Amino acid sequence: MAMLSFERKYRVRGGTLLGGDLFDFWVGPFYVGIFGVTTIFFAFLGTALLLYAASLGPTWNIWQINIAPPDLKYGLGLAPLREGGFWQVITVCAVGAFVSWALREVEICRKLGMGYHVPFAYSFAILAYVTLEIVRPVLLGAWGHGFPYGILSHLDWVSNVGYQFLHFHYNPAHMIAVSLFFTTTFALALHGALILSSTNPARGEIVKTPEHEDTFFRDIIGYSIGTLGIHRLGLFLALGAVFFSAVCIVISGPFWTQGWPAWWGWWLRLPIWS
Amino acid sequence: MSPNRNILVALLVSGATLLLAGCEHPPVAHEQIGYRGTGMERIVNPRTVAANAALHEAPEAAPAVPADGPKATLLYKNLQVLGDLNVAEFNRTMAAMTQWVAPEQGCAHCHNPANFAEDSKYTKVVARRMIQMTRQINGNWQDHVKETGVTCYTCHRGHNIPEKSWFAEREVATEGRLLGNNFGQNRAGMASVANASLPYDPYTPYLLKANEIRVAGTTALPTGNKTSIKDAEATHGLMIHMSDALGVGCTWCHNTRAMAEWSQSTPQRVQAWFGIRMVREINNEYIVPLTAVTPPDHLGPTGDIAKANCATCHQGANKPLNGAAMAKHYPALAGAAKPADTLAERKAGKN
Repeated sequence: MAMLSFERKYRVRGGTLLGGDLFDFWVGPFYVGIFGVTTIFFAFLGTALLLYAASLGPTWNIWQINIAPPDLKYGLGLAPLREGGFWQVITVCAVGAFVSWALREVEICRKLGMGYHVPFAYSFAILAYVTLEIVRPVLLGAWGHGFPYGILSHLDWVSNVGYQFLHFHYNPAHMIAVSLFFTTTFALALHGALILSSTNPARGEIVKTPEHEDTFFRDIIGYSIGTLGIHRLGLFLALGAVFFSAVCIVISGPFWTQGWPAWWGWWLRLPIWS
Repeated sequence: MSPNRNILVALLVSGATLLLAGCEHPPVAHEQIGYRGTGMERIVNPRTVAANAALHEAPEAAPAVPADGPKATLLYKNLQVLGDLNVAEFNRTMAAMTQWVAPEQGCAHCHNPANFAEDSKYTKVVARRMIQMTRQINGNWQDHVKETGVTCYTCHRGHNIPEKSWFAEREVATEGRLLGNNFGQNRAGMASVANASLPYDPYTPYLLKANEIRVAGTTALPTGNKTSIKDAEATHGLMIHMSDALGVGCTWCHNTRAMAEWSQSTPQRVQAWFGIRMVREINNEYIVPLTAVTPPDHLGPTGDIAKANCATCHQGANKPLNGAAMAKHYPALAGAAKPADTLAERKAGKN
């Protein structure tokens, strides 16, 4: 694959966390590194196991394929392959692939002398997955509490786990997470619109500058967070949304076993009004 | 650290503490009630279960008495429902009922001590009707109570009036304006719906009247299902009452991917279906008619009598008294079953 003339400048040796120079090379545009190798390994193995486990199931209907975790009776032990064992091995592969990918990002950051913001942000996605499939099942005492691998089956799981707590909208962390998800899309929409509006002036006019962007928001709400600030805000909102999503599920069961509406008893019992 | 950061940290820590203050903690107990990975499971806090254990403990049955001997009617007058018993069983039943319903007041709660036979106290009239009700439940509602059956203690637990009973809520009157009328919902801290903002009298429409509970359409696309969001919320309110009364989540009965679908539901849903019909009969045939004999200070804000719901018997346990079979020890409470009253007949006939 052809490389642009300036790209070579950035393809420097070193910065690896593990493996030294062994995998310190590129394949076409892709940096490899030891974590590229482990990513490929886990991703391939996990996908192959998904396909094999699916082949043992009753259907090839893409919507209905379901690779389920073990029965609760197996607790935190290993289950027979066809009774949840595949789910367990696939989960290990998934975590291996996700973490490898994050560490590969770290190595690239180190090569370029950048901050770790990208792997940090990506780690929150891993955190959410690990919370659902590992932390919460461990706290509850059985791998069977994880969600199954299947397009419809994992949605059924979400529905049933939500309704175990009667009304999930009363989960305080769910409330915060949903608010942050909405705020994230709202902020991104405003930011995207603002940038496009200043770079798409009326015919014949010159492209506007960030000063125009700032002034727009100062004029309309008295404050502009600024060109760098909007990205800090975006990262904060998005990571906050994912963080509280993880919180909202990890507290459901391990830290609260009743319906979520009932949790608000402490609020209703505050001495201010009770 | 700068003062600002200190304040921020203090706020975060106190916020997190507040968030956790209302919470429980692991380890928890769990039970699988469906295929693995479907989320059909029940999670309970074993410490809460242990703390409430005494509430769900059945009292020991009184020692059995010989089945022969003279009939109670030979000794006592005005026996309208217990006349078939022999004297020993009759007295045993009376003693048990006293312990179950009026352990402090004793016999005089229902009887005039000068003349036990007369019906001068309203409580005696009520008690007689309640025995008939208990027999009806044990004899004809086995679809719900199975072989376990019920006794007075199932509801009363040593109280004159069962602790878990309900009155209709007074309607918020707002003449000629909408403002201030909550339309029976959105009130904080209503125990009937476990603090949810849902319509807070789920009993009158479904456990007294026979309003339609099902709100889901029967087709994938919206083709003529006219039920409103408020209907759905009212149903949700009833379901929260049932869950709360049994100490379970929705998944105890429903696979929530298709709430209305019987083929995907658990067997408990069938039992619950009969339970709703049973409570309707209890309220309409046995309890509400006693309103006239009940003293006004025992009536609710709208002048109605205290009625039964799921919590009256269950009191937080999915099987009342954790399934202890008390009724079999008391032949006086055994029901005389009507001719075969099958699931199909009930489904077709009574709603």
